[in-house]
Amino acid sequence: MPAELAIDVLLGTVLIGVAWAALHSRQLFRGVILYIVYGLVIALCWARLSAPDIALAEAAIGAGLTGALLLDAARQMGGGPNRPLGPGVRIAAAIAAVGVTAVLVLAVLDLPSEPGGLTSEVAQTIEQSGVAHPVTAVLLNFRGYDTWLELAVLLLAGLAMLALRRAWSLREEPAPGDPLLAGVLKLLLPISLLVAVYLLARGSYAPGGAFQAGAVAAALGVLWFLAGGRSTAALGGGSLRLLLVVGVAAFGAAAAGTVLLGGRMLELPLAWAYPVIVAVETAVALSIAVTLAALFIGARPGGPAVEGE
Amino acid sequence: MTALEWTTVALLTAGSFFFFAGTLGLLRFPDTHSRLHALTKADNVGLGFVVAALSLQADGVATVLKLVLIWLLALLASATSAYLIADHASTAAGVGTPHDTNPARPQDDAG
Repeated sequence: MPAELAIDVLLGTVLIGVAWAALHSRQLFRGVILYIVYGLVIALCWARLSAPDIALAEAAIGAGLTGALLLDAARQMGGGPNRPLGPGVRIAAAIAAVGVTAVLVLAVLDLPSEPGGLTSEVAQTIEQSGVAHPVTAVLLNFRGYDTWLELAVLLLAGLAMLALRRAWSLREEPAPGDPLLAGVLKLLLPISLLVAVYLLARGSYAPGGAFQAGAVAAALGVLWFLAGGRSTAALGGGSLRLLLVVGVAAFGAAAAGTVLLGGRMLELPLAWAYPVIVAVETAVALSIAVTLAALFIGARPGGPAVEGE
Repeated sequence: MTALEWTTVALLTAGSFFFFAGTLGLLRFPDTHSRLHALTKADNVGLGFVVAALSLQADGVATVLKLVLIWLLALLASATSAYLIADHASTAAGVGTPHDTNPARPQDDAG
């Protein structure tokens, strides 16, 4: 037990230290690198809290893709010294930070002394969900609404990116990348794609699922683009929009189907639950992968003019 | 403790030593290239020792193969990223051009 406590204390201390260092870094580039380290340490914390689903998502999205976006942004801004904030902004930020911390402390103090929440309810009803992994049962069945709306937010982000570019596709030639990186990626792409498909397939009975699979595939798309490949920039406007929307649309189809069959919206009948969940998850993984990769590629300024369709 | 466990402890200690040396080099060496050298070389060996130690405690061949695969992928990734960082650092320092495999070669043979 003391050894585990020591690891937890070390993780917590490193987390706060890295967060502090990232915020107080004199250089944007250094700050971004420390932020990526922060994401990896948070992923370790989630793993220690026995939440491998969140650990996987945090490592892939929080550290990987957000880190790549921020690195890109820092480079566009020159990566130079961090401009100090004015005193007014500092005071407002301090008040907001203290306020948020106080609310969080109150919320933690207010937690019931016995842990659990809805865990036992999920455990009792998981037989009716069609899948064996509680996280997938909650995300795709019991709380399908939440996931549906989360995907709508992601779709909105993708649409906003396309709107800002005033274009329907990302067709552009990427800058030539490093030939060695491209060569190594040719070796790594099949393995990583296998990992993405595996994560998607095991989501029904173990940690994994559409979000983790989509994030891994999106990271592949970003890497391939950086190595000089076209990635999602190879998609025409029609296929790009179709892939952006297919996750939300699959949920919509499931919702419409349940209503038309006389049930309540998104209340999956047990006989259909497993195939519907697998189909929706596959569509969702595709949408997440394409949206996240397209957000990275489309957010880069200075691309050539793109044809409208 | 059994001989197997002693071997595991010895391998883990050796692995930690290499990680420690690599991190020391990262913090103390003067420039990008020597830091990369310390980090990638020492950490790859350190990870190899850790993987060997964990393989002795694994419950089956499948686990051992997965551990070895992790080591091989880490070798590939660290060698590639070390090259990319070194290439970028050389270009930024004005030595050679991007993707130049031999930035130190004499430049006067073109004339």
